[in-house]
Amino acid sequence: MDALYLRRRLTNALALVLSTAATLVGLAFLAWILWETLRQGIAALDLKLFTKITAYGDQGGLANAMVGSLIINVVGIAIATPVGVLAGTWLAEYANRTRLGETIRFLNDILLSAPSIVMGLFVYTIIVLPSTALSDGNTTFSGFAGGVALALIALPVIVRTTDEMLRLVPSTLREAALSLGVPQWKLTSQILLRAARSGIVTGVLLALARISGETAPLLFTAFGNNFMTLDPMDKMSSLPQVIYQYANDPGEAMHALAWAGAFVVTLFVLLLSLASRLLFTRKVSHD
Amino acid sequence: MTSRSMNAALALAPSMAPPVAEPKLKVRDLHFHYDGFHALKNIGMDIPESQVTAIIGPSGCGKSTLLRIFNRIYAIYPKLKATGSIELDGENILDPRYSMNRLRSKVGMVFQKPVPFPMTIFENVAYGIRHHERLSRADLEARVEQALRAAALWDEAKDKLKANALGLSGGQQQRLCIARAIALKPEVLLLDEPTSALDPIATGRIEQLIEELKSQFTIVIVTHNMQQAARVSDRTAFMYLGELVEFDETEKIFTKPGKKQTEDYITGRFG
Repeated sequence: MDALYLRRRLTNALALVLSTAATLVGLAFLAWILWETLRQGIAALDLKLFTKITAYGDQGGLANAMVGSLIINVVGIAIATPVGVLAGTWLAEYANRTRLGETIRFLNDILLSAPSIVMGLFVYTIIVLPSTALSDGNTTFSGFAGGVALALIALPVIVRTTDEMLRLVPSTLREAALSLGVPQWKLTSQILLRAARSGIVTGVLLALARISGETAPLLFTAFGNNFMTLDPMDKMSSLPQVIYQYANDPGEAMHALAWAGAFVVTLFVLLLSLASRLLFTRKVSHD
Repeated sequence: MTSRSMNAALALAPSMAPPVAEPKLKVRDLHFHYDGFHALKNIGMDIPESQVTAIIGPSGCGKSTLLRIFNRIYAIYPKLKATGSIELDGENILDPRYSMNRLRSKVGMVFQKPVPFPMTIFENVAYGIRHHERLSRADLEARVEQALRAAALWDEAKDKLKANALGLSGGQQQRLCIARAIALKPEVLLLDEPTSALDPIATGRIEQLIEELKSQFTIVIVTHNMQQAARVSDRTAFMYLGELVEFDETEKIFTKPGKKQTEDYITGRFG
């Protein structure tokens, strides 16, 4: 009897040690990345970062890249959110447990893991090239095209979270509303989406966090621009693309600027994650 | 009487001792299938107006299934099929031409777990009314108050009508759900184990409420609690394995049941 308990206790201890060690390894790298970004980023932090544009090189800042990132992300989220929420709603409420719904859900999961550079090339092919052909061969990279590429990355994230959050709403709520004679569309738009609202908003924020660090889809679409522009149809700079460019530069001052950019992006993503976390836990504790 | 309903009435004869003169709901030859499973077999019963009818039986006997046919809420799920007829004031509600909107404004339902909508207390009650009627703000407020009073929730809720309904206690939430259902002024009120998620005090309030409501509504309550059926109902139906074994006055069912199976269940020999 005692031998049996002893063996169980040892197995338990071993499993605990191994899983704790694995967690620590993961966390250590995360902490290291954050620490390095913070250290290098804060060292390079300077007011000119926010006031000067990249045209001045190592004497400049990142103002145009920040504005560009903001515009491209807003375009991306503005396109992806309505389409994603509607598609997710359709999957959960109208096509749940149908063959078509299951197939589309599966395809959406594939899209979720598609390499982001493919999205960039795709948008290059369907937007940049045709509009170039229409404008006498002048290449027409644009912030808008970059936004579309990012929308394609955000879309499956939003579809997935909307679908899952709606399917978490208990079916008794549907029955209760339908038993009042309320039609399906009213039930969906006025009750279910409201019940799942904070989860869906969380999904949108996480999608925004995801796309705000993307570089590859912007290389062939927004391209980059050393000057400030607010025109979404113009070539546009963005933080990840400038980080990529500056990190490849031999100059030390450029590296510092890249670190500062990395710090700003990381901080933004961190704040978004925190915001979505807060929103979601508040909702859960409310239930 | 058509020959079909005559046959049905004859088939029912043994378990339906006192016939009801003007039944509110007239169930005939009712069968229910899902996914190849024959869940309800040849159910026939007359549910009298302005009385409380309880349906009891062991888990899986089909009592909730039967209740869920009375407002056709089962129809939101695929692969479920009901045949036979259920007449509400002489019209067959299983007829696909019978409007779902109309049926559900006449037959209200309260579920096992309280399910308030994610909105304010006022909006919870006003929601269904708004869908069926165009009322002025004052009339709407009056209707909401009336429903909350009828559900014995007004005194507790009147100062927080704009508060989120999810903040109410379980018993209050269930009374809110009753208020929401009766706000539509239905004729029939279906209660599917309405107190199984509540504590004894909240249960007592709901039972008292059922007593008060039965003058205005025809109430059908499904319960797995035999004492509850004995306390609140005028008539009791005992179901077993998808069949209606016995349906009679509650007093008779609990004191002199006509069938051995009923007696065994009532006395706790199985179930």
